[in-house]
Amino acid sequence: MKAAAFDYVRPDSLRETLELLEQHGDDAKLIAGGQSLVPMMAMRLTRPALLIDINRLAELKNLKRSAGSILMGAGTRQRSVEDDTALHAQLPLVKCALAWVGHAQTRNRGTVGGSLVHADPSAELPLAALILDARLHLKSKAKGERELPVSEFFLGPMFSDTGATECLTAIEWPVWERQGTGAAFDEVAIRHGDFALASAAAQVQVDAQGVCLRANVGAGGVDGVPRAFPAIAERLVGQRLDNDDLLRSVAVDATATCEPGNDPHASAEYRRHLATVLMERVLRQAAWAAAASFEGSK
Amino acid sequence: MSKIKLTSIAIKVNGVVREAQVEPRTTLVDFLRDTLFLTGTHIGCEHGVCGACSVLVDGDPVRSCCMFAVQADGLSVTTVEGLAPERGKLSAIQDAFCEKHAMQCGYCTPGMLIACHALVERNPHPDEAAIREAISGNLCRCTGYQQIVDAVKHATGAKSGAHD
Amino acid sequence: MTEPRKFRYIGRHRRAVEHRRFVVGKGRYAADIQLQGLLHVAIVASPHAHAKIISIDTAAALAMPGVHAVLTGEELNVNTEAMLPGVDAPQVKRYPLAHGVARYSGEWVVAIVAESRALAEDAAELVEVEYEPLPHIVDPEQALQADAPLVHAANGSNVIFQRVFNWGEVDAHFAAAPHKLSYRARWARSSTVPIETFAVSAWSNDATGILDVWASIQMPKFPDQLARALRMPGNAVRVHFDVDVGGSYGVKRGLKHAVLVGYLARKTGRPVRFIEDRLENMRGGDMQGPDRIFDVTLAFDGRGIIRSMRMRAVDDVGAYAGRSPLQLGKPVGAIIGPYRIASVQYEAISVMTNKTPQEAVRGFGQAPTNYAIETGIDKVARYLNMDRIELRLRNLIGKDEFPYLIPSGTTYDSGDYATVLGKALDAAPLAEIEKERDALRARGQLAGIGISTCLEPSGGNSAFEPLFNPKNQTTTWMDSCLIRIDLNESITALMGTSTSGQAHETLVSTVVGEVLDREPDSIRVLHADSLNALPSNSPVGSRMAIMLGGAAAGAAKKLRAKLMRIAAHNLGLPESELVYQDGNIAAKTEPAKRLTWGQLVEIAHRKIHQMPKGDEPGLQEKFVLEVPTGGKLPTADGRVQMYPCHSFETHLVLASLDPQTCKVTVHRYVCGHDCGVMISPDVVHGMTYGGIAHGLGAALMEKFAFSDDGQLLSGTFMDYLLPSSMEVPSISIVDHCTPSPLTEFGQKGSGEAGYLGGPAAIASAINDALAPVGASIDALPMTPYALWHALARAEKNSS
Repeated sequence: MKAAAFDYVRPDSLRETLELLEQHGDDAKLIAGGQSLVPMMAMRLTRPALLIDINRLAELKNLKRSAGSILMGAGTRQRSVEDDTALHAQLPLVKCALAWVGHAQTRNRGTVGGSLVHADPSAELPLAALILDARLHLKSKAKGERELPVSEFFLGPMFSDTGATECLTAIEWPVWERQGTGAAFDEVAIRHGDFALASAAAQVQVDAQGVCLRANVGAGGVDGVPRAFPAIAERLVGQRLDNDDLLRSVAVDATATCEPGNDPHASAEYRRHLATVLMERVLRQAAWAAAASFEGSK
Repeated sequence: MSKIKLTSIAIKVNGVVREAQVEPRTTLVDFLRDTLFLTGTHIGCEHGVCGACSVLVDGDPVRSCCMFAVQADGLSVTTVEGLAPERGKLSAIQDAFCEKHAMQCGYCTPGMLIACHALVERNPHPDEAAIREAISGNLCRCTGYQQIVDAVKHATGAKSGAHD
Repeated sequence: MTEPRKFRYIGRHRRAVEHRRFVVGKGRYAADIQLQGLLHVAIVASPHAHAKIISIDTAAALAMPGVHAVLTGEELNVNTEAMLPGVDAPQVKRYPLAHGVARYSGEWVVAIVAESRALAEDAAELVEVEYEPLPHIVDPEQALQADAPLVHAANGSNVIFQRVFNWGEVDAHFAAAPHKLSYRARWARSSTVPIETFAVSAWSNDATGILDVWASIQMPKFPDQLARALRMPGNAVRVHFDVDVGGSYGVKRGLKHAVLVGYLARKTGRPVRFIEDRLENMRGGDMQGPDRIFDVTLAFDGRGIIRSMRMRAVDDVGAYAGRSPLQLGKPVGAIIGPYRIASVQYEAISVMTNKTPQEAVRGFGQAPTNYAIETGIDKVARYLNMDRIELRLRNLIGKDEFPYLIPSGTTYDSGDYATVLGKALDAAPLAEIEKERDALRARGQLAGIGISTCLEPSGGNSAFEPLFNPKNQTTTWMDSCLIRIDLNESITALMGTSTSGQAHETLVSTVVGEVLDREPDSIRVLHADSLNALPSNSPVGSRMAIMLGGAAAGAAKKLRAKLMRIAAHNLGLPESELVYQDGNIAAKTEPAKRLTWGQLVEIAHRKIHQMPKGDEPGLQEKFVLEVPTGGKLPTADGRVQMYPCHSFETHLVLASLDPQTCKVTVHRYVCGHDCGVMISPDVVHGMTYGGIAHGLGAALMEKFAFSDDGQLLSGTFMDYLLPSSMEVPSISIVDHCTPSPLTEFGQKGSGEAGYLGGPAAIASAINDALAPVGASIDALPMTPYALWHALARAEKNSS
């Protein structure tokens, strides 16, 4: 299990990175954390001729906090997000999601942007980004900067809308008002830290009376891409969330649109069932967390 | 097959800068083992699951099978051979591993020690849940983890499990 | 029952000798051996479950710079001997590389030798093999059908071994029993999967004619078999047993790996190394475990007394067989478990399929059989609406019934099963666990308590060889130790096998220290190489505490006796007047009249004039220990003493599953364990914890799954799931000691502890959890998906 031979370059700037991508196109591959890429190279499932190492580009590690959003460099390590308690308050769902991501060793290397570009349908961060409707900033030498909502980014299993000459530079995370907001992430994996058989995430905002102002819910591992269901979740707005039937109906209707696959660990039918169960649970847990946010401020 | 291309690197390994020429495709673990003959770091899966190859890179535990040696150029790497405070001595964690029989075949042990050192660095008094989380990325087939958990508790002054 | 003896070093906490090197990264594993000029091997494997090999084009690979050799089965097979199956099936020929036909996906077809492993892999991609797919068979029951495709056409059948044994009055007992209950239990193909894959290096010295081999092995008679396969004299193959083996628990056999590498080393004249990568290890490493279907009927009365059992076991051994069919033989020695079952009919069927071959796994087939028996015990309790513990107590062999002869011919040495069970229940304590279970149920979880009472036969004899192969008349399975005391007064002991985590250096030094009354930490224990070693059958079959410990004690006792003779001779007193303490020998009545350890050693090494007549100079003694109770061939009806000693374990488990996701959580785990006298309690506990974790994997997570096409679907660590620290619960072990009357110190084996009763207990807990909703499951692994299926089936049946 040794990778096929390749050339390696570690550019000093994003500009240089983009020039290299322009020059080598499909033959080149960016390496960030490498936690998925290196095993794939070792198994020779992928064999770039040129590996462009962007781990040390400071430009990809910036964190800009503004009123309604956080602009996070794509090269930000998962571990540094995990350690940033201030960030947790602003992005509670990201915090919840990270608790399920791999292990200390992988989070120390793995980057937020890398996880999104890799587009594993069971991965946690892509699902969290979808629920929050994050915006992605991509750059290439020829076309300059491009922004798109993450909902348009995932195209299929391990397949994202990243052009051969493009680099994901930043993720713009919308920040919800702290008071009244609650998030939850849950998944079923046979072993801790593995990619889930199915996962679910939700973030909701309620008013002091417990009436829903805003909500989104989604599931991972149950389709070729992670799925969010903003339109179905919209039904929750204006409703109190302590209504199990309502939450269940949202989960059931959301799952109905998923097309999970079969493998030895789980059939499509079981995955569908899990998605329903987990989405109902995360909605309930998010609602509890939202309600609790008022208690905390009293 | 074109001619093998080599890249010059310098990595500070266990406090000493080691310079070498490597093929870019050489993983950090292969470099440590085959070039520096630091065979304490082991290979278990080469696909980022078992944790046997764990080392500290700039103080943080990472899997050295999921990183190419060229990527560590200019960085500081600590392997199991570098955990002891000095030659002939053991760290508190190493000592506790011996005392609590926290290993059998010893193959996962270097990776486990790396994970435990990193844990204690961040959290000097971890509870059992924190210990289990910290070693969850390191598979052991001999111990059932129990005596490893006991060893970390022992080293950090927490109350240990059965058979004390 | 004798009380356990008092010891100075045995049974005490002592740091294992081996740990010191492991924690500083100075272990020396096979992959750490760095030979000058080392070449590396990569493999081209068959992508087909069954295919004719039409042609192999190696030209492009050979032409690549850095490539030294490309080997196919065509060359290798005419120059080596086939590896033998453990049963009488001479047409099931097995070589390291396929020739003519490839019989499973992952089977090795071509080996490439190059300057680096990466280059060898590059060259492997250039080899072109043309295959013609043949009909294949992956289902073991279909493989038994007359019209099934044949894995080995020359064998004429896919069945490599089949025999029906009748021990006792089975028909009469069945006819007389008021109740019969039949069930099927399925043990999935899993294995021990050590974190170290198999590694082997070899170097052939043309001048001496010796082939040196360093391999991560745990295998009886490995050097002899390797020499035979390579057509070399036994004294030309030197296997170095001083490599640390990174876990094995049975599977590290690697004969085909070593034959290939040995051949390549001789062919190239260079040191050659092959380290399986994880993909090769899982697919073509030939280390998958038993894969069994049990069909069992129990005959019992209304009080739950089980009189007789009929068991049919079909084991899928994969495409080739070494010792794997014998894994149906070992359980013959504990076929009634710890119960007073008076008669047994046992049909053992080993069948070949187009899957990766099976290898020995921890317990050598006993864990699946224990699981099958325990499944039945729980079912009888449920059928009679009787408490499972009470049912066991009614059937367990009583402590006063030992030695106990079982229907299949083995005599159990000793035990006190009910007391161990009681101690575990008290320690839990059961009432508290029941309260916890009820609390979980009140929270909507499906919670259950699991129980198992199982045996671990130990002392590793090989009586299943003649039992399953009348042409094999092996009746001994000895082990040995050589001890020297040097002129500088230190003790060195030599063992003749490698160690894969069992702390043999600690075992031997503790035992020798005990007998010679010397500080164990001052005693050096070395692993000889095979040309310097006394005979050993390696640490298989839970045997080393008994066999190596016994041999070490035997050699140490000979030394102690010699020291006594020297003292008696020099002090002018009969030995009965002398007392031995700390290695010094003094007159009982006159302590000043003494010879110190140093003086005694000096006499032996330098002063032949002071030696008693007939004693050799120097201090070195060997002891070759035959397995206690060994030495007999089976009777015509297949009765035989299998292993000498029988450890006992009982497991008590509280587990729950989320009724919606079906994810299982193990909340409490208690294991009552009796392996007689523990020489190194930390080591015994460690193995038991590890065995339980391994058992949890087999019960809940681990499976080598194959597609209908015969492709392995769990060939990585992402698909074959070893439990992590988050799945394995905190475990408490309750010790009990019933010494064995057959061994030096009263010790029994414990190398397979935990694994032999763990899967059964976890399965028991799951079924106890499922019972209130009318569901059940009798197949491992009990994954969330499988459990969800079981619940859905129950729901369908009830509606």
